[in-house]
Amino acid sequence: MSTKLADLVQKPQYLSGGHRLCAGCGASIAVRQILMGVPDDVKLVIANPTGCLEVSTSIYPYTAWNTSYIHSAFENAAATLSGAEAAYQTLKKQGKIKEDFRFVVFGGDGGTYDIGLQALSGTLERGHRLVYVCYNNEAYMNTGIQRSGATIMGSWTTTSPYGRYSSGKKENRKDMTAIAAAHNIPYVAQASISHWRDLVRKAQKAFAADGPAFINVLSPCHRGWRYPMEKTVEMAKMAVQACIWPLYEVENGKWNLTAKVKKQPVEGYLKTQGRFAHLFQEENKDILKAIQENVDAEWEKLLNLCEQK
Amino acid sequence: MITGSKAGTKTVALIGTDAIAEAMRQINPDVVAAYPITPQTAIVETYSQMVADGLVKTNMIAVESEHSAMSAAIGAAASGARVMTATSAQGLGLMWEMLYIASGLRLPIIMPNVNRALSAPINIHCDHGDSMGARDSGWIQLFSENAQESYDNTIQAIRIAENPAVLLPVMVLLDGFIISHSIDRVELLDDEVVSHFVGEFKPAYSLLNARNPVSVGNFDGLYGYYFEFKRQQEEALLNSFRVINEVGEEFGKISGRPYRFFETIGMEDAEFAIIVLGSAAGTVRQQVEDMRAKGIPIGMIKLRVFRPFPARELAEAISRMKAVAVFDRSSTFAGNMGGPVFIELRSALYDLQKRPLLVNYVYGLGGRDLSVDLVNKAAAELAEVACSGQVKQPVNYLGLRE
Repeated sequence: MSTKLADLVQKPQYLSGGHRLCAGCGASIAVRQILMGVPDDVKLVIANPTGCLEVSTSIYPYTAWNTSYIHSAFENAAATLSGAEAAYQTLKKQGKIKEDFRFVVFGGDGGTYDIGLQALSGTLERGHRLVYVCYNNEAYMNTGIQRSGATIMGSWTTTSPYGRYSSGKKENRKDMTAIAAAHNIPYVAQASISHWRDLVRKAQKAFAADGPAFINVLSPCHRGWRYPMEKTVEMAKMAVQACIWPLYEVENGKWNLTAKVKKQPVEGYLKTQGRFAHLFQEENKDILKAIQENVDAEWEKLLNLCEQK
Repeated sequence: MITGSKAGTKTVALIGTDAIAEAMRQINPDVVAAYPITPQTAIVETYSQMVADGLVKTNMIAVESEHSAMSAAIGAAASGARVMTATSAQGLGLMWEMLYIASGLRLPIIMPNVNRALSAPINIHCDHGDSMGARDSGWIQLFSENAQESYDNTIQAIRIAENPAVLLPVMVLLDGFIISHSIDRVELLDDEVVSHFVGEFKPAYSLLNARNPVSVGNFDGLYGYYFEFKRQQEEALLNSFRVINEVGEEFGKISGRPYRFFETIGMEDAEFAIIVLGSAAGTVRQQVEDMRAKGIPIGMIKLRVFRPFPARELAEAISRMKAVAVFDRSSTFAGNMGGPVFIELRSALYDLQKRPLLVNYVYGLGGRDLSVDLVNKAAAELAEVACSGQVKQPVNYLGLRE
């Protein structure tokens, strides 16, 4: 399948304009890029857990989705869509449905890393043919910027605030992409909205996989990260260049780096965002050092997995 | 299996969970999503075997929790599939959030719930605390006295739930162990008869209708239609009164066992009566019949439909009584207000000019046995209330070690 811009702009737009996401939101960019990877001539069912994307695209009596859509609750988008996929498999077999359908979840990091992890794990393990996309903005943004399992150490959020006795989030984030890969499913990838061709290609592979696929897409949020709204794509790009968000895929168990980068110090990336502003005070320099050490260690581990060393 | 002789039916010896599994096999749903829990487990096991043996077309999802069981059931039902699940106690508790979403999305999911006490302390035996807690979740609730009624209710539930005037999920309730694990005589209908009775599910909307894609579970916004949706849901529940009776009557024609909201014994000439639901009705019935044979003017109501609550019909049935004892297999923790059946029945009687005295007997929590002696004790106290015209203690505990 083509990833030429001229071809991609011809693809159907499943998410229409007029939704109520913030100007400069990374989530809608992630959704549009992922859905450019949907094969031609298939029908789609999209699911959201509760979150920014859900409340902004489905306000009754309107919908921004030009296709079937379901939201049921917060922690269970994967389980809900696994039921839809199971219904499809049997109804198709019974001859009650003629068309080919694909199933895709778009969940935030709250609905994916934390409250929805169990339902996601069960769904991946059961082998449903669906694509699960995490639009990862590294905190609970819908409820007003609270820490999540995806939040970077040292980051300010409203539940990991900076104060006299706190320097932001104490703990390191969990490696959700590796957790998904540990389910030994056909396709897992980490992507960024800044690298659109890489992302669309990953989406194409995910929709082609004969089983579950998981893509973790970095989708910056200017409200939560505290940067000017026009810089969303630039933030995502800097994260990739600092190797704090490396781009890779795990295809049938084989790990591959998908973007060559000249690794930049993480400080340059952190400096651009208000959520890390307190880290540049003298008393917090150890945290900056620890963040860089974490990035270095995770990068080394990834290079080894990808046999790049 | 021991086979019987009546034309169109087969008489067999089955435990309650197998009777449910047989009903499920004959209904042949498109999707079953379930998680095992004592004492429901045998339903999931038996049905899994039926799927493995190719006896049904069902796509069975062995989910990782009850929350996901109900979530997957919701996704499948929204996709136009006929969907069933089953659970018990803690499993029903874990589903809680999704119970309201299943009814709010108006999805006709059928769920046998094998009644078991809720923790803590952990207890695997029967009481009605689990499903009674779910009484305001928007589900229709049908109680069963034995394996036969569990089977019959499951088949009828499909028709009630899928009726376009209703479109609500239905819980079929059977007592843990007492029904679920006891061998009972069950008359099974022919497969074709059940298949014809339940018919084909033709949903008006489906996620998988390529010509008419739908959005399900949209955000109601800040000044939306939530109130109107909930009022419509109430209307659907009101409609279910008519549908439950129509389906019960039609089921009578194919089985010889018609069903209504409740069953009465001796109410035409009784002066006082006991109201009970679930398996305890068997014990109470025997005692009531024995007492009536001795000339004691006692009657009995076995309540089958708890949601919707048939308040008008129950009030009418007991309005001439001097006193009524309500047996509740759960407590409400409302502050000595009694069990849920007692509270609802009291409310149902409020508008009557003349109403019976009411006493409540909370019994059988955590599987405590309801013996014949305890029923007789309650009946004697009830006779005393009817005779004296005075209730000394409205809420009583039967079989409690005090």
